[in-house]
Amino acid sequence: MTTYIIRRIIQLVIVLILVTLLVFFVMRLLPGDPLTIYIIQHDIDQLSPELEANLRHKFGLDKSPAMQYIDWVSGIFRGDLGHSVEYNESVTALMAERIPVTLHLGLLSFAISSVLGTLAGLLAAIRRNGVLDTVVTSLSNIGICTPHFWLGILMIYVFSLKLGWLPTQGYTSPFDDFWLSTRQLVMPVFILSAWSMAFVSRQARSSMLEVTRQDYIRTAWSKGLRERVVIMRHILKNGLIPVITVMGIQFSRIIGGMVVLEVVFNIPGVGRLMVSSVFGQDYQLVQAGVLIVAVAVVLTNLLVDISYGWIDPKIRYN
Amino acid sequence: MILRVFLKRWVSMFGLIIIMMTVVAAIFAPLLTPYHPYKTDLPNALLNPSWEHILGTDSLGRDSLTRIIYGSQTALLVGLLATGLAASIGITMGLVAGYFSGIVNMLIMRFVDTLMAFPLILLSLVLAVLLGGGLQNVMIAVGIGLSVTYARVMCGIVLGVKENDYILAEKAMGASNLRIMLRHILANCFPPIIVLITMNMGAAIMIEAALSYLGVGIEPPGAAWGAMVTDGYRYLLTNPVLALAPGIAIMLVVFAFNMVGDGLRDALDPRLRGLL
Repeated sequence: MTTYIIRRIIQLVIVLILVTLLVFFVMRLLPGDPLTIYIIQHDIDQLSPELEANLRHKFGLDKSPAMQYIDWVSGIFRGDLGHSVEYNESVTALMAERIPVTLHLGLLSFAISSVLGTLAGLLAAIRRNGVLDTVVTSLSNIGICTPHFWLGILMIYVFSLKLGWLPTQGYTSPFDDFWLSTRQLVMPVFILSAWSMAFVSRQARSSMLEVTRQDYIRTAWSKGLRERVVIMRHILKNGLIPVITVMGIQFSRIIGGMVVLEVVFNIPGVGRLMVSSVFGQDYQLVQAGVLIVAVAVVLTNLLVDISYGWIDPKIRYN
Repeated sequence: MILRVFLKRWVSMFGLIIIMMTVVAAIFAPLLTPYHPYKTDLPNALLNPSWEHILGTDSLGRDSLTRIIYGSQTALLVGLLATGLAASIGITMGLVAGYFSGIVNMLIMRFVDTLMAFPLILLSLVLAVLLGGGLQNVMIAVGIGLSVTYARVMCGIVLGVKENDYILAEKAMGASNLRIMLRHILANCFPPIIVLITMNMGAAIMIEAALSYLGVGIEPPGAAWGAMVTDGYRYLLTNPVLALAPGIAIMLVVFAFNMVGDGLRDALDPRLRGLL
């Protein structure tokens, strides 16, 4: 198991290095000089060459791309993600405010959809062609093709504007006002988890169905094991691997979904910050945000890989 | 045979009919509606649904249904071209990576892993804006984002196909690598690719909708379903149809492509069920 984990971690480091390289150099494709934006936003009328040179130096734009990259990466290790030109604030501080918000919503939706999605898929598979199966399959087919920004607006219309049950938008920390926070969370978390559940339950259903056809399941039944044991110990455990793969992808999908939903529900998280910084061409901020998201996704994939090895001993020795 | 499977599955048939209707609507848009999709008509702004304007009019007095019909052009165009681009990049990467194992495989697949680390919508958003916005760049961005799936699937299939004896026979006859890859390996990977392309059409349309909702993509007078939702949002309380109707169009079309993809998969190769 240890060698397996070490091998995965080495792969992870390679991917992380590639991620930083890709993020950094793709960002250099950005049209326009980041300095121009700074100058426009700070109403600097007379731009003397000295001032320009000073600013260039301040933001490290006078160095070669390779040096800028090294500066950036070494800054990351010191916890310095750069300086936002648009907000005129350190990117680390901006991110520190917003990451907990995104994590709060994202992890909640991730947990709900993983548990309920697996359960729904399992139930649909063992009662194949039953009422529950039809419901789960149809709902997941519809869920996959519903745009979440649209569902968000539909829910705002019905539950906030017409019925007045829930606040239309916003985010409050659960430590400040738990009740308000929960009421604000209901819609975005419902949308994210329902959408993600659609993918998880689809995969769970088909992989559990695959397992129920195996010989060892027939053996388990013919040994006279109780239904609960067959399902929990044999079907669920063997069918779980592809489901975990999907959960790993789901994490990345949920973050992607957050980008859009934070805009719909006006939630001050990483997603909305990313959207505004992309449009504001605030490239240190975009760079840092994309990197943080990518690191989170890569780390989740590591967890997924390790849990494979833990669930299925065959994988460890390959 | 494909038809037989399709006829048995009414959902796939239904999907196929929706797709055909959308294509017809996109091509014959000017004939289907008496209104102009871009011309502003302020005296008639924000009308409620009526017999003349079935879905009402938007804030500039344009008929909403007309704009949804014209929006299908945008959706199909992006879907088709982004998917085409994704397929060509991804298939090439996967084919090369799977055929030449070793260092080439490692390099390409690590690159694919790296791209997979970015959520699709974020990757497309950043790329589209970096490239300068506009519909064309949305297509390129979505195409690059979607290409990784093809690379992964292709690489997996090629690894299996290339072990066949007929490939060895070709090699013994002195066929070039390019010829083997194109004529023999690619031809054998056809079914999963067709299924993947169909399903990706839906995914591409969905991402385009999300991007245009956020404000990247087609320029203002043009019609895109996502942007129509954004425009209609301001009038949600008085004219909910404006924001909600284009979403139904997105849903229907994406659903249709997914269902046809499902049907095709079962018709061409049911073993792909878990894979795609």
